[in-house]
Amino acid sequence: MSDKPKVAFYWCASCGGCEEAVVDLAEKLLDVADAVDIVFWPVALDTKKADVEAMGDGEILATFVNGAVRTTEQEEMVRLLRRKSQLLLAFGSCAHMGGIPGLANQWDRETILDTVYRQSPSTVNPEGVVPQQVTRENGYEVYLPGFYDTVRTVGQVTDLDYVVPGCPPTPGIIAGAVATLLSGEVPPKGSVLAPDVALCDECDRKVTKPETVSLTEWKRPHLVDVDEELCLLAQGLVCLGPATRAGCGAQCVGANMPCTGCFGPTSRVRDGGGKALAAIASLVGSDDPDEIERILDGIPDPVGTFYRYSLPASLLRRAPMAQPVKITTQGSDARKVTR
Amino acid sequence: MLEVTDAREVAVDQAFEPTIVAFFCNWCTYLAADLAGTSRMKYAPNARVIRVMCSGRVDPQFVFDAFARGADGVLIGGCHPGDCHYQEGNYKALRRYQLTKRLLTDLGVEPERFRLEWISAAEADRLRDVMNEMTAQIKALGRADFSVPDEPFDIPELEPEPEIEEAVVS
Amino acid sequence: MEHENATQDPLRTGAERANASYMQQRRVVIDPITRLEGHGKIDIFLNDSGGVDRAFFQVPELRGFEQFVVGRPVEDMPQITSRICGVCPTAHHMVAAKALDALYGVEPTLTGRLIRELVYAAFMAEDHALHFYFLGGPDFVMGPDAPAATRNVLGVISKVGKEVGLKVIEMRRRLREITALAGGKVIHPVLGLPGGVSRRIKLDEVDQIKQVADDAVEFAEFSLQLFRDVVLGSSAYVDMITSDVYSHETYYMGLVDENDKVNFYDGDVRVVAPTGGEWDRFAGKDYLDHVAEHVEPWSYTKFTYLKQLGWKGFVDGAESGIYSVAPLARLNVADGMATPRAQAAYEEYTKTLGMPVHHTLANHWARLVELLYAAERLQELANHPELTGDDYRRIPTATPSEGIGVIEAPRGTLFHHYQTDERGIVEKANLIVATQNNSARIAMSVEKAAKGAISGGHVDEEILNKIEMAFRAYDPCHACATHTLPGSMPLILNVHDTAGSPMLEIRRDADGGVYRSA
Repeated sequence: MSDKPKVAFYWCASCGGCEEAVVDLAEKLLDVADAVDIVFWPVALDTKKADVEAMGDGEILATFVNGAVRTTEQEEMVRLLRRKSQLLLAFGSCAHMGGIPGLANQWDRETILDTVYRQSPSTVNPEGVVPQQVTRENGYEVYLPGFYDTVRTVGQVTDLDYVVPGCPPTPGIIAGAVATLLSGEVPPKGSVLAPDVALCDECDRKVTKPETVSLTEWKRPHLVDVDEELCLLAQGLVCLGPATRAGCGAQCVGANMPCTGCFGPTSRVRDGGGKALAAIASLVGSDDPDEIERILDGIPDPVGTFYRYSLPASLLRRAPMAQPVKITTQGSDARKVTR
Repeated sequence: MLEVTDAREVAVDQAFEPTIVAFFCNWCTYLAADLAGTSRMKYAPNARVIRVMCSGRVDPQFVFDAFARGADGVLIGGCHPGDCHYQEGNYKALRRYQLTKRLLTDLGVEPERFRLEWISAAEADRLRDVMNEMTAQIKALGRADFSVPDEPFDIPELEPEPEIEEAVVS
Repeated sequence: MEHENATQDPLRTGAERANASYMQQRRVVIDPITRLEGHGKIDIFLNDSGGVDRAFFQVPELRGFEQFVVGRPVEDMPQITSRICGVCPTAHHMVAAKALDALYGVEPTLTGRLIRELVYAAFMAEDHALHFYFLGGPDFVMGPDAPAATRNVLGVISKVGKEVGLKVIEMRRRLREITALAGGKVIHPVLGLPGGVSRRIKLDEVDQIKQVADDAVEFAEFSLQLFRDVVLGSSAYVDMITSDVYSHETYYMGLVDENDKVNFYDGDVRVVAPTGGEWDRFAGKDYLDHVAEHVEPWSYTKFTYLKQLGWKGFVDGAESGIYSVAPLARLNVADGMATPRAQAAYEEYTKTLGMPVHHTLANHWARLVELLYAAERLQELANHPELTGDDYRRIPTATPSEGIGVIEAPRGTLFHHYQTDERGIVEKANLIVATQNNSARIAMSVEKAAKGAISGGHVDEEILNKIEMAFRAYDPCHACATHTLPGSMPLILNVHDTAGSPMLEIRRDADGGVYRSA
């Protein structure tokens, strides 16, 4: 029986990029892998769920969960792993904040089904068939899992210990997170395992950022020449560096494209999108309402810009549902707020 | 009586009183509210007033938090342009407000629910008019519902989670 | 944990039953993801004589990219759609960039195109290498009778030797570094923009790229030789590859260049008939007249088919609109490879198997021929004098409205179609994603393999592997096929008797244990 600490990996609604990120670490992780015992990793190993169930509560030192929670089965699995693990970490933007698929929270399940299966121009579906939980055909009955209207983060489903941020997390961040956990000096619960400063701090272009940035126009990167050395904000691009946590090495900026905020905010912010919005708004160079409107036309999609990875984790979490809302009318306190 | 507005059925019910969270700047709008009070002005009592030192203090997170906690409307009251006690604060509020409003609109929040008004200390009547108008408009719109609905699936309950001791890393 | 029989209580709602049944199946999180991206669930129903009546191959999840890209600025599409899949993000990223070219009516500059193709060649090479060594290849390298525990990359490494194994891992890493260099990150790169790319390749970066390309060519040749020695040298394997169980006569689709050679990045879409010969040819932008999608209520993946023939159900043959894509198909539709060594490998392949090849398992061989082509193409591009040019992007001036891009992803033909308003804000998007093109054929392969393996009502553990081999050869990526998230469902087999009651459940556990419950 190995004395090495046990770790596990699991994925919910994930694109697979976070799994790839761990595989990409393979050569580096071999050093760390000598120090741990990977007991559950669906991508690479063949341990069964039953094996996890058979483990004692808290037997796994740390489980890394990536992907957002979209089905009951993912939620159940996350809760099971929570029981069996001393530490549960959200790995990657989807687990941390909902991720890009979290943008689906602007709509609901029925709308999505309709768009994908009925409104698609290449789809021939005169009967308007959409996937069903139960299909009965010729006496056969087959099932599909139901999935939620609302995308949720792992932290909204269970008690979370730490976050390894990024879309996906970089090798450096992953290795650093594992090293931190093994060092015995665990940070306060709920911490994001990345530096607690804004990305600008580690960006090569910081020295070129002027004292005051005051813009009369926001530029979209494909419509302008982008200087390869100058601060992107100063060039009028919407770069979320000032409102995004550091730790990634500013890779996107290195490829001459602005930061889109995948590491989420620093610890002092509750709603990263709101703070990013405030940061960007403060750069608008006008006091006149009409002129401000004209300048803001350069940011045509505030939700996608400020909440690209984090809509489910935001304070509002989703757009109001499209279906009819029945309100009980027993005075102003009789409203059901289910959060 | 039920009125159907697009896909929403809202109870236009005389008993519905909107909750409006109001961030009032200490130097002007808050004083206007005081003045309205001492003048015994009658107006819609739906505001929950939060005093801030400057309208520029209002962070978008406050606005979202208000809606998330059940506000049906949010009002920001600040000094007229040029009159800010801190010179520029209200301009910052203005820029932030306009971008926040765009975001809320994209999320499907009706524009009547979120307002920024310049109301000086002497303009108690303006405050009264704004409050009455905003309350009436939001009453017609109904409740702002940011609740995340229960999902119609049973999630199997695991046995109660035991206390997990602090991680011991050797 | 109680093992509930979901069908015993007729009062439970469909959702409850689905959830219970799903949970019941989820007692074992078997994820042969080293060998597959995404999961499937199979339900098999037996007929009165104990043969297979019907098999349903289901993909269980949905994210809805076509919905939530609405309202986004179109220049964000390369980065947003790459999140459809973290294994092939570059495919989505690149086809999105091409759709943007079309949308804005802007032709990439020469250098811009060279950089895009460079990244793409590196990507195809490392992805194919990943599949051969980590995913599908272990089926062959280890032998069809090898214990399941060894049918994975570690088994491969133990067979070919650690030095070779490390070489595989290293080669993959070095190829991926090219994407990270040009695109900022390898997983979800950022370089794609209409008219070119976001960043130049610097002079001092080229030598490293050239070295990787040269090594990649050697590595590809090595992999082909390994295949010859281990697979073609085994008559058991050759029999399996050419058996009827793993064979379907469908149409084939892939991109070809102006000389009708395989091209991943660009070209016309060519469709070849089951009997051989060109049946259709069209530009990607006309896809709506040629390709259509069919919906079944029991799966979240849609099934594509040739529009002119119509949907005839899950059947083979010249009357059915079902077609397939990916390496097997690409080699079927082309007249050869555009680079010399790959061409020689192609000729060896066609001499052995004929043309067109209907044997699904031949995908593995075709994949290696393509690996060699990708490596040689990488060499060509790395040595091109304009790769380091200053003019790497052309700024569009036209008003956008609609654009369609087509590309060959590792797993097949990929279409992205965007409609925007005059500001370039997405109003509608349509995505037909590689593995979807194979969905119908995969469903058929599964059913055929099941029918071939089950008779007289006798069902056993080996069936699972035989069925898995059928669909693993397609290298399906269900993250892509449903533009969804890969579900966390295991591969399970539910066998029902003729009354529809569940009779047997088999779950595959790749370390040799197969969980079976009746």
